[in-house]
Amino acid sequence: MPTGALIEFTNISKRFGGVTAVNDLSFTVEPGRVTGFLGPNGAGKTTSLRILLGLVAASSGTATFGGVRYRDLPHPLKTVGAALEAASFHPGRSARDHLGVYAIAAGLPRTRVLEVLTQVGLAAHAAQRVGGYSLGMRQRLGLAYALLGDPGVLVLDEPINGLDPEGIRWIRGFLRDMAAEGRTILVSSHLLSEVQQSVDDVVIIARGELVHLGPLSSLDTDAAAQTIVDSPDRENLATALTAAGITFTTGRTGLIAATSDPALLGHLAFEAGVELSVLHRQKAGLEDSFLALVGGGHSL
Amino acid sequence: MTSFLRSIAAEFAKIFTTRLWWILALVLFGYIGLLAGGLAALFSGLQSGVISPDTVNTGGGALSGFGSLPPIIYSFASSVGYVFPVLIGALATTGEFRHQTLTPTFLAIPRRGVVLGAKTVTLLLVGAAFGLIALAASVGIGGGVMSAFGVDALLLDSETWLLVARSVLAMALWAAIGVGLGVLVPNQVASIVIVLAFTQFVEPLLRLAASFLEVTAKIGNFLPGAASDALVGASIFTVMNPAGAAPLDWWQGGLVLLGYALVATVIGYAVSWKKDVS
Repeated sequence: MPTGALIEFTNISKRFGGVTAVNDLSFTVEPGRVTGFLGPNGAGKTTSLRILLGLVAASSGTATFGGVRYRDLPHPLKTVGAALEAASFHPGRSARDHLGVYAIAAGLPRTRVLEVLTQVGLAAHAAQRVGGYSLGMRQRLGLAYALLGDPGVLVLDEPINGLDPEGIRWIRGFLRDMAAEGRTILVSSHLLSEVQQSVDDVVIIARGELVHLGPLSSLDTDAAAQTIVDSPDRENLATALTAAGITFTTGRTGLIAATSDPALLGHLAFEAGVELSVLHRQKAGLEDSFLALVGGGHSL
Repeated sequence: MTSFLRSIAAEFAKIFTTRLWWILALVLFGYIGLLAGGLAALFSGLQSGVISPDTVNTGGGALSGFGSLPPIIYSFASSVGYVFPVLIGALATTGEFRHQTLTPTFLAIPRRGVVLGAKTVTLLLVGAAFGLIALAASVGIGGGVMSAFGVDALLLDSETWLLVARSVLAMALWAAIGVGLGVLVPNQVASIVIVLAFTQFVEPLLRLAASFLEVTAKIGNFLPGAASDALVGASIFTVMNPAGAAPLDWWQGGLVLLGYALVATVIGYAVSWKKDVS
């Protein structure tokens, strides 16, 4: 069973001309866990992953697998499997030949080609030219390439993009199984909801900088909680809230007050003699915490 | 196996798992076969008197300038066919940029210099194979036609087989030049346009213009097509242009071609191959 190596980003920065794409990024990714690498499009996720894989040169800093840079790995495909976002195929080559080329380059047995195509559910299309593949099939072929060397580390850039619901279900189970075998799994996405069922840890970046790091549960905070309150006499309720200095917006089901304390609102309404029809606290979801992290703190 | 040998094996697999190689090989064989066969029929017909000089309006005198006919016919393989190895070399390289296959390639073998070296070695061999295909057309069809007209095809002459060997070498070097061009100009369309425009139009004109003065004629000898003809030792172009400066020796021509391939590849490595892959 291949064992996962620790991935370490140490003070990685990348500047393209005058633009800083990644700024002083440091984090580690543990074996045996699925780590979600999250951030909006353009946050620097793909650039960071390409630096990790030696495809893009960092302006400064190092990224390593168990302390070794990708290009110094003695058997790169047997150590790290990567599926990157771009469709990297010659359209005139069959899936079998595509993988065959890189099996030869990496010194892997040719039997691996059909094994990984079977593993990702493409065995029936092995002889078909990739030019005729759907987006979902290309994603699976990219994944097959990553699995070719049966590596202990998987680096997957937006692997869920373009998959159908059945494919999404499949890849979630696949990621869990791979991590359970002790592999290191780093999977990027611009949508938390896409990966939240699969990941143990999250690394969140925005505008090239680290904004949050920790287990998924660390996002489950009530910092951004709100309370929904409504009354048949909404006008007087609004007046009471304003008088008490509580800010609110008018939503579809009532007033959305910026407080996490329903009792306070109940008391205000009682004092003002306003009948309440709705009063409940709304906890912010993980997605809201995520959006607050990547959008908040900086002007957009 | 070392990563260099594995890389060479992978580069061969890349060439032979798409359709391009046999399409180009087929067109090369047909084109050279038609040209060598057609011109062999015309000239040997004239030489043997089967075709009257008056019907083709050349005036019998010009024929004497051709010297021996077979080397001219056989050298069509390289003097005309050289564009094919350049194309396959350039397409093998620019295709990696165009289809973003540099990503899986460099993930499998992160040493980029090793990959480019392997590609050059592979294309040298593929170019040599293209040379053999082109010579099969020029010697096989051209020689057959000459024999049919009763002209000695010189197939037992060692000079003929030395010319064949030098032609194979020239075609191999042209494929390596294609690889160099591909890394120098990674844009596939631009690369193809440069190959076609330069080989079919710019260089023939330059060679013609250079031949008018002795100084420029000497410089013209260092143009890649002229160097290739010098390496092979015969060409329809040098025959048409007998007043020019003495061509380079065959080995000098070979070194000039090798120089073009090396310079283009080394500069291309720096400007595109070792850059960020995104």
